Amino acid sequence: MSILEQKGHVTAETFHTEDIKFDIQNMDLYYTAFHALKNINMEIPRGHVTALIGPSGCGKSTLLKSLNRMNDLIPGCRITGSIRLEGQDIYASSTDVNLLRKRVGMVFQKPNPFPMSIYDNIAYGPRTHGVRSRAKLDEIVEKSLRGAALFDEVKDDLKKSAMAISGGQQQRLCIARCLAIDPDVILMDEPTSALDPISTSRIEDLVLEMKKDYTIIIVTHNMQQAARISDITAFFLLGEMIEMSPTERLFSTPQDKRTENYITGRFG
Amino acid sequence: MRTRFDEQLNVLNREMIQMGSMIEQAIEQVCEVLKTHDLEAARLLVARDNEIDRKERDIEALCLRLILMQQPVARDLRLISSALKMITDMERIGDQASDIAEIITMPVDGEVLEKPEHLQAMGEEATRMVHKAVDAYVARDVELAREVMNDDDIVDDLFVRTKVELFDLMKKRGEHGMQLLDTLMIAKYFERIADHAVNIAEWVEYAVTARYKGETL
Repeated sequence: MSILEQKGHVTAETFHTEDIKFDIQNMDLYYTAFHALKNINMEIPRGHVTALIGPSGCGKSTLLKSLNRMNDLIPGCRITGSIRLEGQDIYASSTDVNLLRKRVGMVFQKPNPFPMSIYDNIAYGPRTHGVRSRAKLDEIVEKSLRGAALFDEVKDDLKKSAMAISGGQQQRLCIARCLAIDPDVILMDEPTSALDPISTSRIEDLVLEMKKDYTIIIVTHNMQQAARISDITAFFLLGEMIEMSPTERLFSTPQDKRTENYITGRFG
Repeated sequence: MRTRFDEQLNVLNREMIQMGSMIEQAIEQVCEVLKTHDLEAARLLVARDNEIDRKERDIEALCLRLILMQQPVARDLRLISSALKMITDMERIGDQASDIAEIITMPVDGEVLEKPEHLQAMGEEATRMVHKAVDAYVARDVELAREVMNDDDIVDDLFVRTKVELFDLMKKRGEHGMQLLDTLMIAKYFERIADHAVNIAEWVEYAVTARYKGETL
């Protein structure tokens, strides 16, 4: 039984410390002079799907990228406050960023397979982390493709170029590539916005399946998608987190007028 | 901004107000007919129930269309889903007003007995409750909706008194048993109408507060 089910309608704040995957405290993020995220305080529970919603430019993707330090690559990006992954400050000088990104994988809006075979796409990460045994790589490739619900469709074509499969399959391949490095957390930045409804539905089913083993944080512009697949939803506006609640409650009885105006399409 | 959706919600609101006004008229007229025993007016009332039924189907279709096309959430979803539930109760009120009118039009063997003293009061109280429930919907007035829920006890109490009166009459005027049983049916219909008014009020409370019978849905 999930924590949400055990506790009925709980607020996200009521999780026990050991249930918390990411603990974000008093976090501010600046792109040079621009204050992109303002005093963010959130606890993201393990083994659940947390959706981040809000209008374009509200800071939700910025927050997502902060969770595996993708923002380090952006010149002028500065973060204050703390983001802890299972108690460890991911911005501490002792943090190994490569290891962090291994634990916190990411899937992007547009499928971005490498221009190589399906097999090599999946084996790329494990190889980078030192796996050389062919048998071990075979095992990882199969397990990852199965985990991304793609194995049955491509098992006879593993040498085929990843660029030759459909967009929906490419996105699942990217999820499989993410699973291959055995992460704890998967960040998804609008993972279905470039996909047709059938492929979208496959990815959504997959997310629900994967939350048994992973903590998933997803940015989406699709309100119905957030309502369908997430356990907790956080609404962002102009760099502030306005409201974070169990998804069902946020979409039925939002507490803040701004949340209500946004989800009912009357924002602005 | 969802201008088209807001327009459609306004249409739904207007349709609901119209249906509310139709059932208000039906129950008012049936109380009047009960007093005057105007058979022509009673027959007209029976015939007009079809209009209420048609209005229910129109509103139902509109609600389903809005759910399909607009995928409403939060207050919009509550408004539409409570409208869907309310129209069932409104349609039942129309049916029961029509059933009462039909009983009135039925031929009676021998003299027409005086109606029990509390029956008219029941009808008037049920009418007031329906008025209040419709007004609560129009004004999104939770306090008024709660008044309707509390008023149900008054009608229930009047129903018990009417039954006692009818029981005494049965003993004294047993030869008019069928007529007295029909009168009991009328009382029961008024009691049910009051229950439907309470249901409407409960959905008004849900639409406004997201709470239904004390629970968050």
